[in-house]
Amino acid sequence: MEILQRIAQELELGEVDSVGSLTREAIAAGLAPKEILDRGLIAGMNVVGDKFREHEIFLPDVLMAAKAMYAGMDELKPLLVRDGTPSRGKIVIGTVQGDLHDIGKNLVAIMLRGAGFEVIDLGNDVAPARFVAAAKDSGASLIGMSALLTTTMTAMRKVTALLAEEGLKGKVRTIIGGAPVSAEYAREIGADAYAYDAANAIQRVKEMIG
Amino acid sequence: MRELVAIRTEDVLPDAAAVLESLDVPAGAMNGGRSDRLVREAIGILAAEAAPKGVFEEISREEFEAIYRGEGRNASETPLDRIHPRATDLGLFAGTAGEAVSARIAGLFDSRDFALAASLDAAASHAAERTGEILRDLFVDRLCARARSAPRPAALAYSPGYCGWDVSGQRALFAALRPQEIGIFLNESCLMQPLKSVSGVIVAGSPEIHVFDDSYPFCAACATHGCRDRIRHATAGAKV
Repeated sequence: MEILQRIAQELELGEVDSVGSLTREAIAAGLAPKEILDRGLIAGMNVVGDKFREHEIFLPDVLMAAKAMYAGMDELKPLLVRDGTPSRGKIVIGTVQGDLHDIGKNLVAIMLRGAGFEVIDLGNDVAPARFVAAAKDSGASLIGMSALLTTTMTAMRKVTALLAEEGLKGKVRTIIGGAPVSAEYAREIGADAYAYDAANAIQRVKEMIG
Repeated sequence: MRELVAIRTEDVLPDAAAVLESLDVPAGAMNGGRSDRLVREAIGILAAEAAPKGVFEEISREEFEAIYRGEGRNASETPLDRIHPRATDLGLFAGTAGEAVSARIAGLFDSRDFALAASLDAAASHAAERTGEILRDLFVDRLCARARSAPRPAALAYSPGYCGWDVSGQRALFAALRPQEIGIFLNESCLMQPLKSVSGVIVAGSPEIHVFDDSYPFCAACATHGCRDRIRHATAGAKV
């Protein structure tokens, strides 16, 4: 079996050590780091994302696969940096101010990294100005916001308003998610997209900037 | 009436099925599989790290009204507006699963043990919720001990951040209850530290006072409508 296919399959199974050693093997065999990334690690994570979306596998499986993905990335990252390989895009992500629920946000961040995006994770309880400042400072083209409470989702509107105030609307796009929000709410507050779960978030981000 | 309570860890440990459900793993889908093993490991860590404790304090209706008004940011109409005036007794409470659990969750995420971290996070949330339930039940026990002839009241807890009670209400609640004494603090955004903590008001009275329709404007955005189960539980066996 081709080594890249084996990397993808071991990643699907969440086999951390195998993915690390196979990635080293692929590098030693002279495969291009970008090819190992795309056809091995990202290909494996894509299958994981598809299966998760279809409810064939569940959150713990995705998270175990993500750990394996990171093991492969550890091997590849120095080479990708050396080669100047660009990421698929840069995203600032966080749970809004007043909200500490960050498991969903963490999952999205992990899966976005798995899909080849650069993610700046601001954590939870993130003030609107911090989202905007992080996007400006990093040059990110997308802000992802998560909220679990009806009483904190209103903070999302402050971020979209602040982006408009600073003339960044359209340059820095926004995507929202979390239990109380909806596509309708996204439209109402001027967010560019809504995702109903982590797998959908990855799909939407790929459509927007991937 | 004010009481600081040390709670036995074994009394707040969730069962594996409940944690799996929180992780959106359907019942039976992974029975005996690696998700099962992972969740059992998480519960084992919780058993070793949790230090559940809490505090409750009885307050008058007038005192609660001032706390509930808070900083004036509540929804214009809320269930508690109608429920609390009909209560026979009110008590503030705060409880936590402890700082060590939160630190361990963060450590597991940092070391990329994402699946175990998420499992422990879910298990610790259950433990914090259970801590709140134990405090509620103890508060009612004390009320019953004081008024021996009265029937046991139906008690439910309501928390800032939910059902139209703005999270800024935590500041007034903390000023009155002083849970800092047991190591629970508020940050600038009114979030509790340790993260796995609960707080709110225990409302005790006849079962029917807890019944309300989930038709408030903010209910439309609520994904869980968990109030339905809570009301069913509080009114079980009663004619309402």
